[in-house]
Amino acid sequence: MATVPVVDRPPAPVAEAPVVHPKKGILSHWRLYAAISPFYLLFLAFGLVPVGFSLFLSFHRWDGLGSMEWAGLSQYKYLLADADFWSSIGNTLIIWALATFPMIFLAMVTAVMLNSAVRFKNVYRFAYFLPNVTSIVAVAIIFGSVFSTNFGLMNALLQAVGLDQVAWLNTPWGIKVAVATLMTWQWTGYNAIIFLAGLQTVPGELYEAARMDGAGPVQTFFRITLPLMRPVLLFVLVVSTITGLQSFAEPQVLLQTNTNESAFAGGPDHAGRTMVLYFFQQTFDNNDFGYGAAVAWGIFLVVVLFSIINWRLVQRRGEE
Amino acid sequence: MATIKGSRRRGLALHAVLVIGLLISAFPFYWAVIMSTHTSTEIFSYPPKLLPGPHFLENVRNLFDNIDFFGSMFNSLLVATCVTVLVLFFDSLAAFVFAKFEFPGRNALFGLLMVIFMVPAQLAAIPQFVIMAKIGWIGSMTSLIVPAAANAFGIFWMRQYMKGAIHDELLDASRLDGAGFLRQYWHVALPVVRPGLAFLGIFTFMGQWNDYAWPLIALTDPDNVTLQVALSQLNGSHGTTDYGMVMTGALLALVPLLIVFAIGARQIIGDLGKGAIR
Repeated sequence: MATVPVVDRPPAPVAEAPVVHPKKGILSHWRLYAAISPFYLLFLAFGLVPVGFSLFLSFHRWDGLGSMEWAGLSQYKYLLADADFWSSIGNTLIIWALATFPMIFLAMVTAVMLNSAVRFKNVYRFAYFLPNVTSIVAVAIIFGSVFSTNFGLMNALLQAVGLDQVAWLNTPWGIKVAVATLMTWQWTGYNAIIFLAGLQTVPGELYEAARMDGAGPVQTFFRITLPLMRPVLLFVLVVSTITGLQSFAEPQVLLQTNTNESAFAGGPDHAGRTMVLYFFQQTFDNNDFGYGAAVAWGIFLVVVLFSIINWRLVQRRGEE
Repeated sequence: MATIKGSRRRGLALHAVLVIGLLISAFPFYWAVIMSTHTSTEIFSYPPKLLPGPHFLENVRNLFDNIDFFGSMFNSLLVATCVTVLVLFFDSLAAFVFAKFEFPGRNALFGLLMVIFMVPAQLAAIPQFVIMAKIGWIGSMTSLIVPAAANAFGIFWMRQYMKGAIHDELLDASRLDGAGFLRQYWHVALPVVRPGLAFLGIFTFMGQWNDYAWPLIALTDPDNVTLQVALSQLNGSHGTTDYGMVMTGALLALVPLLIVFAIGARQIIGDLGKGAIR
């Protein structure tokens, strides 16, 4: 970009005037409104109307074909007492925790190492980002074979070092570990690159000063790097909470072959049935559109609540 | 001298750990390649095969016999390309307006956009399905393309980009030359923000290519689906899955993505950090 030599020019007298068309009034701006209207029209048709309708729907019983029947708050009452919904919340949170904490730790370590490595930085960044580019369906199929009970690579590894095999996709914990491993693999590099971008904004003099004061690498990390990284950490945590709590494709593809019931069952004992899987099962398997809508609002509340809790925790830890 | 040797050794150790991480990142791809070259019986033998076998073409043939691979790939390409073009146009146009013009209601409309950004997709899923069934779009690619044609994230991203990249002097000059709104957008704004557009375009393409939940609901005819849905049918439909074949499909489905990523890698990896820090 050509840089304009600012010094040579007197301050422009018209700089105060905002960029407006000469004519006044709303109609004179019609081109601008027309330019932003596609998004709002699409949102109206496929966002606002559907969300409003889903609220309306959640107070009704409806199978998608017949007539709707007013149900009042009964769907929500049922939701509160629905053990399957609560267990799906539990599954989601466990998988989220199993994936997120190792992921953030590994991403941070990787970013710090990349930041101090001088050579091949771009090669590493390219390779670490690759898992995030892949289709979740393809990856879930690949991981399904890695965690396969009788012939999977994971069990071959265990056997090779003399340990017992694990029925990964047939036990409650095995399922959760397998899904979480997939997520960790897919998102660690992505987050490492975001952390790395944050690290590169930390001024080098700070590290110089710390070294002069005799601080070791661990001390430097906790006293300087981590506090300065808090905004980036917050971003990563909130994004992974919002996406992690809405996980669907990973458990759906990984576990659909293992059961003769619904494709949204989440494996044996429904151990991998996340909240969104449960939503799909209620809505599209049982054709219970009204209850499905109530479940969707329940999921929305859980995600919002959990995002706020996360936000608060990270903020408060920073204030100490 | 001793310290130089010490730091070099530390450097080597660092690279050793980084390479291990790299191998873990890459391994599932390697594993998919290996499995796509073996028959199912060979895959399920012990010890596991770690080197390529001779059965790749056979697996490809089985794959093409079982699903309409090119048909569903065409559907995916069609949807991803249409959505990407539409998103780039609508989002950058709206972003240009929000970044560079004053008009009544601007802040309120932009605030609304940010709220919309946070509404989760499944809240709208059922009614969307019902609406589309009513207007007859269910089962066709239109049901995938139209709702995705403009999005809040892209407008937000491009607005941030344009605020910094397009100088007011440039717009003023073009206005003095008599350029109207569309000319300013096309000839002044767009050429300057090409890197931002590249990032948005690649991400949109990858996101659409990989989308799974909505196509699974909206495409009701099993013979006319996107590649991701076809793959999952392949994976789930048979009692005894032919892993060699399924893996070949999973692998081939990644090829277009990897090409797009390789073309835009510099852009993506560079811009990704910027977006997060702002």
